[in-house]
Amino acid sequence: MEKDLVIIGGGPAGLAAAIAAKEAGVSNLLILERDNKLGGILNQCIHNGFGLHTFKEELTGPEYAARFIDKALKLEIPYKLETMVIDISRDGDFKMVSYMNREEGLVTVKAKAVILCMGCRERSRGALNIPGYRPAGIYTAGTAQRYVNIEGRMPGKEVVILGSGDIGLIMARRMTFEGAKVKLVAELMPYSGGLKRNIAQCLKDFDIPLLLSHTVVDIKGKERVEAVVIAKVDENSKPIPGTEEEIKCDTLLLSCGLIPENELSGGLGVGMNRVTGGPLVNESLETDIEGVFACGNVLHVHDLVDYVSEESAQAGKKAAEYLGVNEEKDSCDKERCAIKETGGKSDDKDTEKADHFIKINAVDGVRYTVPSVIRLSHMEDRQTVRFRVGAVYKKAAIQVLAGDKEIMNLKKAALAPGEMEQVILQKSVLESIPDLEEVTIRVKTD
Amino acid sequence: MQDIIIIGAGVTGCAIARELSRYDLDVCVIEKSSDVCEGTSKANSGIVHAGYDAKPGSLKAKLNVRGNEMMEQLSKELDFPFKRNGSMVLCFDEKDKGQLERLLDQGRQNGVKDLRIITGDEARKIEPGLSDEVCFALYAPTGGIVCPFNLTIALAENAAVNGVKFHLGTKVTDVLKEDGGYLVKTSKGDFKSRIVVNASGVYAAKIHNLVSDEKINIVPRKGEYCLFDKMVGGLVSSTIFQLPTKYGKGVLVTPTVHGNLLVGPNAVDIDDFEGVNTTAEGLSDILKRGGLSVKQLPTRQIITSFAGLRAHEDKGDFVIGEANDAPGFFDAAGIESPGLSCAPAIGEYLADMIVAKYPAKKKENFVSKRKGIPSMALASPEEKKKLIEENPLYANVVCRCELVTEGEIVDSIKRPLGATTLDGVKRRTRAGMGRCQAGFCSPKTVEILARELGVDEAEITKNDRGSEFILGDIKDV
Repeated sequence: MEKDLVIIGGGPAGLAAAIAAKEAGVSNLLILERDNKLGGILNQCIHNGFGLHTFKEELTGPEYAARFIDKALKLEIPYKLETMVIDISRDGDFKMVSYMNREEGLVTVKAKAVILCMGCRERSRGALNIPGYRPAGIYTAGTAQRYVNIEGRMPGKEVVILGSGDIGLIMARRMTFEGAKVKLVAELMPYSGGLKRNIAQCLKDFDIPLLLSHTVVDIKGKERVEAVVIAKVDENSKPIPGTEEEIKCDTLLLSCGLIPENELSGGLGVGMNRVTGGPLVNESLETDIEGVFACGNVLHVHDLVDYVSEESAQAGKKAAEYLGVNEEKDSCDKERCAIKETGGKSDDKDTEKADHFIKINAVDGVRYTVPSVIRLSHMEDRQTVRFRVGAVYKKAAIQVLAGDKEIMNLKKAALAPGEMEQVILQKSVLESIPDLEEVTIRVKTD
Repeated sequence: MQDIIIIGAGVTGCAIARELSRYDLDVCVIEKSSDVCEGTSKANSGIVHAGYDAKPGSLKAKLNVRGNEMMEQLSKELDFPFKRNGSMVLCFDEKDKGQLERLLDQGRQNGVKDLRIITGDEARKIEPGLSDEVCFALYAPTGGIVCPFNLTIALAENAAVNGVKFHLGTKVTDVLKEDGGYLVKTSKGDFKSRIVVNASGVYAAKIHNLVSDEKINIVPRKGEYCLFDKMVGGLVSSTIFQLPTKYGKGVLVTPTVHGNLLVGPNAVDIDDFEGVNTTAEGLSDILKRGGLSVKQLPTRQIITSFAGLRAHEDKGDFVIGEANDAPGFFDAAGIESPGLSCAPAIGEYLADMIVAKYPAKKKENFVSKRKGIPSMALASPEEKKKLIEENPLYANVVCRCELVTEGEIVDSIKRPLGATTLDGVKRRTRAGMGRCQAGFCSPKTVEILARELGVDEAEITKNDRGSEFILGDIKDV
């Protein structure tokens, strides 16, 4: 089988990327999804709060997903469900995508371009290396969410949550709704990793204590969890002896961070960013392997799905451009024209400047940026650069330097690691600075 | 009246069961846990030792060298993964070279082949990841690694196919001498048998002392481990030991037979016979000591940690054979390291001993071979296609980290002595053993188990009763 574009994952990233690519004229495309329906993890996020930016209304996860699924169906984008991609390799300029499903067995697709949309996974108890017994009753918050919202099963009755990531906060409320007692949420850091609104709506409204600078230091119970021991931690996140407190519970939920799921990218040999755990990408969200794009949580973990959709649409559009540029010149049909209309900036006169790379430096509290490099020739008029900060800041500013010249200074009342930040770079501004090599983004404090 | 009851379905009990299943004997195994391989056998280093550690003349020495020799053939017969990856004992101080020489000498006396001392540079040539501090190493090319679960399960399945009955979830509460044999009281009723074999791990002294006045004493000696992601499984290719301390072999760094990296264990004597909890001090201790062997231990790649209990007998050697004051009562007690390496040899040795005293006829229809569960992760594209053609469930991936399919999981449940628990599926197929540690696959595996066993999902356990995953339906707590 040959495809112009294969999209790996049919969650919010894959759907938005596929829709944008199709709208930009790519018709020979295919979404490969491992679950039994499109929509990805949104299907189990039955709480509301999705889509405020995109649709200016509050939707539940499944509703938000449905908007994209409906559109994908209307556009007749082909997809396969219960299909697991097991390998991606290269054959010249082609990407060989091998997948398995019950109907077709093992199949390899020859693709001109691939968009990686595999999402992320949750950090497990093992990766956190929490000492103690290994009984039943220890779940990542997302696994518990699946049990409750998809299977209608209760994974526990008396719950302690470690980590104040958004899924943990959402599950604190959800388990409470279903009659469980959520005793507390312990957070290792002196601040929460979740959204402010979730702390208010999921903990404060239900009188669930949030213990900052606390962690779980022991798990008790041989068959099922019987108690956990929490302790206060010092500024180096080390438990302080003497502060231990045993909390009786039958369940420990973990919401301690998400890890982009890049096993397939790794197998393909894509260059990775050590901070995000996702691929290194340029302005087109293209990895260091030509024709391989990445977007959504596989690229870097997002706070809001709206940004995933926005970013992924960009990846889809850029993949279409990539395919358009590389197509035979004689096939200028309607679709090709559509590509030109929407993304026509990458024409001949610009490609001469294709070597002009501008590196984006993340310093002084900015942990990383996506993208990490911009090719002026491929840059749109406006380029969104997303990033996260490494600590909580009050009354700070995001400063953007082009070379050593300040081109932006955005005052921020507060910055927190839990919330994704962005700046929008203007192509005209970057072009106006001769021989620009570096853009620097930093947190400026007084 | 049974001919033989074996108490304990760890690797030792299962190896003995398999050897005895060659004979025309009515054998059963009684195990307190819900599955085989639930005690010491499930939480150890997975090492097939070369055999230089034990004192010449000891049972440990003799059976280790024999077990090591048997392992390769057995792995082919019973289809479990085994690799002869070689091992090294590192010496960090020239002054300690004498200790390596003593081990070399001991190994040669024990009959270990191809042992030699190499310099630090030679060691780093074989293992570039080794610390620059290493000045000498004892190199043992015959050292190996094995999957302790697969070894135990393979022995048990093969024994079951050859007629051995397994009573799982059955706890022995007393053993009484009777005319012509023993009365074994359990949580599920009484059993009578001519011969009793005591392979009950850390509990072996308790069982032994029920029938014998020649008391033995076993202390649970805890060992903690950290398991690392397969991404860093290639840090070393051999098993890397350090010179022994008075508490054992020191902390090792080894690849596992499945390609992970394993670091551990420490050695702490404890009172709790079920005390398999890890501790902050223990984990930090093994990482610190293990870190001495290599340039850098990638601690960010730890995917899980666990602890196991060694059955340490006071006198320091295995206690194998018929109790002097209890005819027909045979011990396989004090089986600590190198017990896993020795297991096939212990099975052979004890079965020979029993049959010498209580003669039995060899079975004509003994099935010596066992076919394991096919692994989609290891299969070539052609093999994958063939498996899927035979059964489309082999195309439905359940565990993404280890690439385990529904076909493999169903096989693990349906085969002789099949899995009934999530841990049972995990140890037979590797579903849930990967980097996400079952976060993704456990709901699906629970669903498949419930379907295949014909029970509600709420009844599915992690291992023993009481370890259920689900505590009711929503709005039902």
